Amino acid sequence: MQRTSTVGPDYFHKVVDCQWACPAHTPVPEYIRLIADGRYADAYMVNWRSNVFPGILGRTCDRPCEPACRRGRVEDEPVAICRLKRVAADNKTDITAFLPQVAPRNGKTVALVGAGPAALTVARDLAPLGYHVVVYDGDAKAGGMIRRQIPRFRLPEEVIDEEVGYITGLGIDMRLGQRIDSLKDLLTEDYDAVFVGTGAPRGRDLDLPGRKEAAANIHIGIDWLSSVAFEHVDRIGKRVIVLGGGNTAMDCCRTSRRLGGEDVKVIVRSGFEEMKASPWEKEDALHEDIPILNYLVPKEFTHENGRLTGVLFEKVTAQFDEKGRRKLVPSGDPDEHFACDDVLVAVGQENAFPWIERDLGLDFDDWGMPKVDEVTFQSTLPKVFFGGDSAFGPKNIIWAVAQGHDAAISIDRFCQGQDVRDRPPPGTTMVSQKMGIHEWSYDNDVSNDLRHRVPLREKGESLKNVKLEVELGFDLQLGLAEAQRCLNCDVQTVFAEPICIECDACVDICPVDAITFTANGEEADLRTRLSAPALNLTQDLYVSGELKTGRVMVKDEDVCLHCGLCAERCPTGAWDMQQFTLEMTHAGEKPCAR
Amino acid sequence: MTYITKPQLHHPGLAPNGLGKTRRDYEGSVSTLCAGCGHDSISAAIIQAAYELDLPPHRVAKLSGIGCSSKTPDYFLGASHGFNTVHGRMPSVLTGANLANRDLIYLGVSGDGDSASIGFGQFAHAIRRGVNMTYIVENNGVYGLTKGQFSATSDKGSKSKKGVVNHDSAIDLVSVALQLGATFVARSFSGDKAQLVPLIKAALSHQGAAFIDCISPCIQFNNHAGSTKSFDYVRDHNEAVNTLDFVVPREAIHVDYEPGTNTLVTQHDGSVLNLHKLAEHYDPTDRISAMAYLAGRQAEGEVVTGLLYVDPRATDLHEGLETVETPLNQLTDAQLIPGSAVLAKLNASLR
Repeated sequence: MQRTSTVGPDYFHKVVDCQWACPAHTPVPEYIRLIADGRYADAYMVNWRSNVFPGILGRTCDRPCEPACRRGRVEDEPVAICRLKRVAADNKTDITAFLPQVAPRNGKTVALVGAGPAALTVARDLAPLGYHVVVYDGDAKAGGMIRRQIPRFRLPEEVIDEEVGYITGLGIDMRLGQRIDSLKDLLTEDYDAVFVGTGAPRGRDLDLPGRKEAAANIHIGIDWLSSVAFEHVDRIGKRVIVLGGGNTAMDCCRTSRRLGGEDVKVIVRSGFEEMKASPWEKEDALHEDIPILNYLVPKEFTHENGRLTGVLFEKVTAQFDEKGRRKLVPSGDPDEHFACDDVLVAVGQENAFPWIERDLGLDFDDWGMPKVDEVTFQSTLPKVFFGGDSAFGPKNIIWAVAQGHDAAISIDRFCQGQDVRDRPPPGTTMVSQKMGIHEWSYDNDVSNDLRHRVPLREKGESLKNVKLEVELGFDLQLGLAEAQRCLNCDVQTVFAEPICIECDACVDICPVDAITFTANGEEADLRTRLSAPALNLTQDLYVSGELKTGRVMVKDEDVCLHCGLCAERCPTGAWDMQQFTLEMTHAGEKPCAR
Repeated sequence: MTYITKPQLHHPGLAPNGLGKTRRDYEGSVSTLCAGCGHDSISAAIIQAAYELDLPPHRVAKLSGIGCSSKTPDYFLGASHGFNTVHGRMPSVLTGANLANRDLIYLGVSGDGDSASIGFGQFAHAIRRGVNMTYIVENNGVYGLTKGQFSATSDKGSKSKKGVVNHDSAIDLVSVALQLGATFVARSFSGDKAQLVPLIKAALSHQGAAFIDCISPCIQFNNHAGSTKSFDYVRDHNEAVNTLDFVVPREAIHVDYEPGTNTLVTQHDGSVLNLHKLAEHYDPTDRISAMAYLAGRQAEGEVVTGLLYVDPRATDLHEGLETVETPLNQLTDAQLIPGSAVLAKLNASLR
């Protein structure tokens, strides 16, 4: 193999799996260290810069970082990264002094349609640069789906108010309660650019027999959740069936339990394992005594005298064809009827753009989605940009934030007459952590603790009030203990072959057999010849140039604990522990790291 | 010296051996030797060998004297018996322990000071008596703990870190061991685990006095130009006479070398040493020619390594003394004091 090139951001960025997996590339180990250090406000600001809504995401994020976490590969469970973010948010001091200064107006005006996470991210990135940012939203309060669809027992309203407030406080022209019904009209208002962040606001319906007749007791999940959030609805029948297996379904069933639902069931077509809901959300539902029944396909809403009586299901089993594709086929068992008073339909969300005229030069594809560039988020109408769920369909808040950052870069470049395809690279630095012979400026002593559970409010109490937050969050001690589980994957093992004397000290001390000195070869062959075979092909090998004996050093990064023992046992300093920082360059910034 | 303990987390693919133990289970506490010390590599090789041999740690006794090398038993086989003797007295204590309980596997770990200076006589007598043990000298040719004076194994003409030339003749422990009748003699290098691990496995299985002289560079005081125990010098002058595959009897023997280029030696316990010859005409079962070969190559400045001599018909001290099969420490009063009738019979036989 060729000597591994560590020039440029990619090689070491991939080693920081959590940061690599995060759509916004939040420097996770960095903020976890700050939490361990008790520097909650600093930890919060590291997050705020990257993901804009640390307190909200610390409660609701879909956490792509956690399945990627290296800790999950050396023991049972990853670091509770998401809930640590909440520790920073809960315990920070006043951070208003750290918020960006707003530059004098630059004469450009940008309209943002929607006040959800994507648009608010664009607003936050552009307002400090001097843009006059105008945000339109049909709701009376900003936040979009964060406010409408996420139940208050998962995300208290104060948290939304606070974090939305940091953005609206940057001199944003908020036009709440003003729904945009025509893009054509908006475009006549002479904005320099328009950003569309209207989300995926339409819940899918189930067009089954009985749907019309029993309509009074059949509700679309996301609409119902938003009615609850805005306090238009405060009760539901005693027996509730939730159809659908995503996170919205989990929010629906748990909300029902708090609004009078005593016998609440979730019923899904597929198997329990294949449900779209995150495992922890399913766990939360089960914890609140909500059974999840699977392999049942709804067939009919049954009703009597115009009143819903229940739902009839066909029983199915999963069959796999030779290509491994799953098909649900009738099991042959008799249909099963479940009686209920109300049904919540949470079987997916769709985009809807009835307010965008189709003759503006803004192209749509065959599925009714706007044609949007995947890098620049620009539509075929150059001054109109998209982001969040409205760009590429329903995803999570963290994706909306990441897309908002990217769209903001494009909008800024577009307004300044620069090429939107010319993207600023991230800023990176490498800094040695060596303080003394065996002292590092990070805590390299790996904690043996297993993942700590987030304390919950007592069930009886939390089921009584839909606004009472269920999770209490880590307290400072638990937060510290959980933070100590982080392996500091951003503190990289950096090898300098000219000074290596091949004494094997690093090989002998490495607790996870990551280092090997061996004859060079092709990657596939080399992977089998290491101290421990490198079976995770998504993790690159770190290969040195040729050493004095003609061999090469090969390190498998897969399960490296970043404990620094290789560097401590190295007599010549050929191994060094260097902190790799990568910060995304946002709109109007020069690529540089702190 | 390292401040943190080695993390307990290990590679998820770490395989258990026949006893269900992983290699990590054979580790000891974290080393307090200097970074890069060759002795740590030898400890790692001992760990690997014990793991591969499925040794139950509680059946192993590790003994040592004083010195950097003699600290190392703390860093491997943490669940084994250990004894740190006074300087140079490890061979006597080991002999005594072996006489009392012949069932344990004895591993003596010593250094060039401990074995070639203060304990030279002890070393000689344990070897010539044929105590069933593995005796490893971690040989760095320097007094590391007292900051770099020449030891008795430093070669004549080699230079200290300060540039002083050694005018004393070196004691070659391998030649001495051969002379004294060791039935297993090997030399290896801490920087070559592929060679060292099978040698340790073979030595641990050998039923007699097994001696391994392991050159182990002292990073701090003896790894400079002019030293003959440095990484560079040993790598440049290493002449391996053979490579060894250690085969336990239950495994099938695969010989994939050209006929005539390898020697199979079956030891007392049934283990097989499959030796692949690297030096032509070198016969590791011929003690006299081994000594001559060593002397010749040594005069050329070469460091001969590999399994230099093995006696497949080795006997040990217990055979010489005709002791009972039961370890002496397990004999009961009834067996040790058979009574006046037996005494009377014995006396009668002598009249």
